[in-house]
Amino acid sequence: MNCNKEAVELMHKYLDGDLSKPEETELRVHLEDCEACQTHFHELKRTITLIHSAEQISAPKNFTENVMQQLPAEKKRMRYSRWFKAHPILTAAAIFFVFMISGVFSAWNQDSELVVSKQEDLIIQGDTVIVPEGVTVEGDLLVKNGNLIVNGTVDGNVTLINGKLLEESIESEGLMASVGEVNGELKMVDQVFEWIWYKTKDLFKGIFAF
Amino acid sequence: MDQIIREKIKLVKKGDQSAYEDVVSFFQNKIYQHCFRMLGNAHEAEDIAQEAFIRAYVNIHSFDDKRKFSTWLYRIATNLTIDRIRKRKPDYYLDAEVKGTDGLDMYSQLASKDRLPGEEVESIELQRYIHQEISGLPPKYRSIIMLRYLEEFSLQEISDILDIPLGTVKTRIHRGREALRKRLRHV
Ligand SMILES: [Zn+2]
Repeated sequence: MNCNKEAVELMHKYLDGDLSKPEETELRVHLEDCEACQTHFHELKRTITLIHSAEQISAPKNFTENVMQQLPAEKKRMRYSRWFKAHPILTAAAIFFVFMISGVFSAWNQDSELVVSKQEDLIIQGDTVIVPEGVTVEGDLLVKNGNLIVNGTVDGNVTLINGKLLEESIESEGLMASVGEVNGELKMVDQVFEWIWYKTKDLFKGIFAF
Repeated sequence: MDQIIREKIKLVKKGDQSAYEDVVSFFQNKIYQHCFRMLGNAHEAEDIAQEAFIRAYVNIHSFDDKRKFSTWLYRIATNLTIDRIRKRKPDYYLDAEVKGTDGLDMYSQLASKDRLPGEEVESIELQRYIHQEISGLPPKYRSIIMLRYLEEFSLQEISDILDIPLGTVKTRIHRGREALRKRLRHV
């Protein structure tokens, strides 16, 4: 076998994992007899070991930061969306403050006129609506921006927006009881918060949709 | 790790820039080192390595998810280094190759790392010598030797990275090994 041509060629094929079985035998037989090729083969294998131990070099400090700063700006929507997802509680707080700042409360308060769905036989004292004793309201009753005292009867649902159901105590008899009755569902809505909650849910849905 | 990188790349493709930070952080030393060995100096290596990451980000949509991201990234980096070597003015080329410049760069790199006890300093000198001998190979052999033995890519992957036929990769790695054998024989 020609050392420089064939044997060295086989050595490199061996190093690349390309040697066939017969070629492997051929190389082994030659190496047993040829000292020059033994040395050559040994040097090649050692070279590879040495290459592996070449000095490791680290990137300079702040390399990643510098790259990130040079990237083109990402779409704003994505940036906000990611922030919201990472900080759900802060997001809720932020939304709350945005509403506060944008004057939701004051806007709501301006619309504070007392509204009652029906007025016949009812007494209105300031911001309080009274269903007097002996009076029966047929159907549903809605009171907005006011309190309600039921001394009579309501034959229907009662909805209170921004107001409370006051229970007038009959102190003379030493009893603490509501004297009237509501023959339906009582629903109280603190509408400012209800509305904010509704809006917040709406905004969240919008954020997480994309 | 491949799987984590794959997931990060998906996020980057969706427009999540922060996911790319992890990708850069994971590959920064490998790519910087590759550029450093190709170019022989720290300044150009940093410049080109950054450029490689930026290009990969900008062109992320042309990256095929079924392939290995590292292969694609090395391809960009290698092409940029070869481009830079070609564009060098003759006098700049001489400057960069002046003996000692490399060593100085290397030294400042090392100085920032933890000092090793006396016994291992000798091996650091040897490691540096080997690095310099690899850097002294012609670029077309150097890139393949580095990709094969320092970055552990397969010959087929190297063929993809450099966009040259597998047969050519084998011929060049063969010549590269022979050249280094002669340079490192007396070590
Ligand atoms: Zn022989």
